[in-house]
Amino acid sequence: MHQFKEKLIKYFFLLNGILVIIILVSIFYLLLKNSWPAFSEIGFRGFFASADWNPTSYEKPGYGILGQVLSTFMVTLGAMVIAVPLGVATAAYIAEVANPRIKGVLKPVIEILAGIPSVVIGFLGIVLLGPVIADTFGLSNGLNAINGSILLAIMSLPTIISLSEDAISSVPDKYREASLGLGASRWQTLIRSVLPAGLSGIIASVMLGMGRAIGETMTVLMATGNAPALPGSFFDSVRTMTATIAIELGEVPYNTTHYYALFAVGLVLFLMTFIINLVSDIILHKYQEVE
Amino acid sequence: MSKRLKEKIGFTVLRLAGLLVIIILGIILYDIISKGIGVISWEFLSQMPRNGMTEGGIYPAIIGTFYVTIITALVSIPLGIFAAIYLNEYAKKGKLTRLIRLAIRNLSGVPSIVFGLFGVALFVQGMGFGTSILSAGLTLGLMTLPITVTASEEALKTVPRSYREGSLALGATKWQSIRTNVLPAAVPGMLTGSILGLARAAGETAPILFTGAAFFLPFLPDSPFSQFMALPYHLYILATQHHAISQVRPLAYGTALVLITLVLIVNLTAIIVRARFRKRFKR
Amino acid sequence: MSNMNKLASDHNTGKGNHNSPNINKMEARNLNFYYGDFQALKDISLPIEKNRVTALIGPSGCGKSTFLRTLNRMNDLIEGSRVEGEVLLDGENIYRKEMDVVELRKKVGMVFQQPNPFPKSIYDNVAYGPRIHGVKNKNELDRIVEESLKGAALWDDVKDRLHESGLSISGGQQQRLCIARALAVKPEVLLMDEPASALDPVATAKIEELIEILKENYTIVIVTHSMQQAARVSDNTAFFLMGELIEFDKTEKIFENPSDQRTEDYITGRFG
Repeated sequence: MHQFKEKLIKYFFLLNGILVIIILVSIFYLLLKNSWPAFSEIGFRGFFASADWNPTSYEKPGYGILGQVLSTFMVTLGAMVIAVPLGVATAAYIAEVANPRIKGVLKPVIEILAGIPSVVIGFLGIVLLGPVIADTFGLSNGLNAINGSILLAIMSLPTIISLSEDAISSVPDKYREASLGLGASRWQTLIRSVLPAGLSGIIASVMLGMGRAIGETMTVLMATGNAPALPGSFFDSVRTMTATIAIELGEVPYNTTHYYALFAVGLVLFLMTFIINLVSDIILHKYQEVE
Repeated sequence: MSKRLKEKIGFTVLRLAGLLVIIILGIILYDIISKGIGVISWEFLSQMPRNGMTEGGIYPAIIGTFYVTIITALVSIPLGIFAAIYLNEYAKKGKLTRLIRLAIRNLSGVPSIVFGLFGVALFVQGMGFGTSILSAGLTLGLMTLPITVTASEEALKTVPRSYREGSLALGATKWQSIRTNVLPAAVPGMLTGSILGLARAAGETAPILFTGAAFFLPFLPDSPFSQFMALPYHLYILATQHHAISQVRPLAYGTALVLITLVLIVNLTAIIVRARFRKRFKR
Repeated sequence: MSNMNKLASDHNTGKGNHNSPNINKMEARNLNFYYGDFQALKDISLPIEKNRVTALIGPSGCGKSTFLRTLNRMNDLIEGSRVEGEVLLDGENIYRKEMDVVELRKKVGMVFQQPNPFPKSIYDNVAYGPRIHGVKNKNELDRIVEESLKGAALWDDVKDRLHESGLSISGGQQQRLCIARALAVKPEVLLMDEPASALDPVATAKIEELIEILKENYTIVIVTHSMQQAARVSDNTAFFLMGELIEFDKTEKIFENPSDQRTEDYITGRFG
């Protein structure tokens, strides 16, 4: 009797485990289902190969996402240029240099930074960073790609720092000892032995940070100005994929081509982040197997 | 350049990077606290917005966020704990377990705006819950699930194996052993981690944009099917969508301060509780 | 069954009386055990006499603890492990398909190397087993707790603080609490996995005295790395080496006149 009950309980918990898979699959399914009408109406070329996003035009609506995709890439790239060196350096500092007391300060700082809502960061992009950028570069306003990049860098820092630190800390001591034993300084050991040994973990952390940056909505929505055009420079106002969905979904009637097209943008976003996560996962796993 | 000098410069650069991260957080907190503190008053916290949201308080946004977080908790904490129990106590190494873990990691990487779309398609339209506290709470609940699963599993891992073996050796069934010995020891850790996840959810804007958050409501929500005002969305509105943006800027700072305070309190509590919890199992 | 018990106890009049025939409470027959590809036990056949203390000795990693844990199927918990052969309890194979592991572990209790009281009160620790097996009556629980604590020679130490945490008492007391906890479910066999290895000499002596008393009512199997301890407390001794049972005999015989050279080498401290 109790054996039957135990089985039942086990299956109950198993069901909860499987639920996570079901959720992920149903996200994909619902995105696909709701974007299909858009693809069949607009065509893949009109969607992927055009920068003409003008869904509300009465005469000739355009649904090309090229401009948004480029904007997303540009802002993300800018964010990574800032966040990767800063994040990896901080991670190396925590893992290899800082004494326990400083670690005890830095770790909560990073946790709290990770906890700050993106809307607050976006708000500061408007009221704090925007004016600074406008003054520094003599622009009429500071809501542009560079502003978004800096904010996204801040948003992805906690991910990059904490995962890179894990990667660096888990490099076995024998690498350090071997290098120090050969008369290398601690700095040389860090640069030539430890960081290369932890590289795959660091790369994985950067990819995860990048995934977060690509998918981040509120900061870019608030701080990049949202001009729906092909971006020219980092001082242009840009509109990313996430911002497009956020701005327009609230105003379109359900089940129109425009509505479906926004789901299609969501599908592209989903696939991009999914692939990034998958690849970083593979890198991490390979790295764990080697260890 | 000598080795020593190089090392000194290198470590100084790293130290500066660490310092910069602290400074960034410092600037964020300083700006919001210094400019928001003047707005905070009992009236600000307890009154409805007035005069087209240029005066009055943020009471309905606090209440709305509170309600939606309750639904989020009801969804993500039990599901997260159950899934973690499966993964840590029952699951054997194999394809299915790997797949579940992969799904959890990928779910945590799904952009929040995509969760918003998912919520619209599934809860608002598909299940007919409309734009409501329920739809928004369910959406946030599923979004938070990876955090609660991971936190709960971490907590289960800190429970010594001897607790399980001890009771099994007395003839306890697996479930008896989990229920009477493992869970009581793990629950504090599970809740700490989960509450951190809930604080994240409470600060999210993108997933609730189209699933239930309202620009302005002159009354409090009265059922799970009502629309609601929420703190993060309210801040977004005050910062970008309001007709008198500069006039409401202090209110925006006040709202941001309330949000940040919420996050800080939850994080600090979690850090303290976790430190205690860890000490308990050190032998 | 009760007749057989009676018969057995008639024959069993104390330590040293090894001439009378005894009943095997448990018996391993051609037992093999694998962790994945690694074979941890090789063709072990070993009888465990009723109301006697059987000691399992050998260098670490020899399989003695693994063997102990096959006797109440605690090894079932290890992923990728596999058992071949039989272990009999009262003549029936505990690895048969319809065997209820819960019933088995009620009959075959276990005490671990590290004292592992649950983070509950002393009372709740001892009452844990009876409670999960359905005893709800307060008076009956009180009685079981008192009996079990007395059985583990702990009652006098803790009777005034039954509701303090089981972790608040000393290591030796904790281990006796774990013994009391095991006694509370009224087992027939007690497995002890190096029960004194984490304790100081005084606490160890108390555990050994306790084992002496317990064997009147229980069949005891003890894993120990201390040969003196095996010599002091056990009636029979089994020597394990690299997953094999090298020698099994009366304890005096093993320690005074072992038949196998390897046993002698180990006993005299030439390796291990």
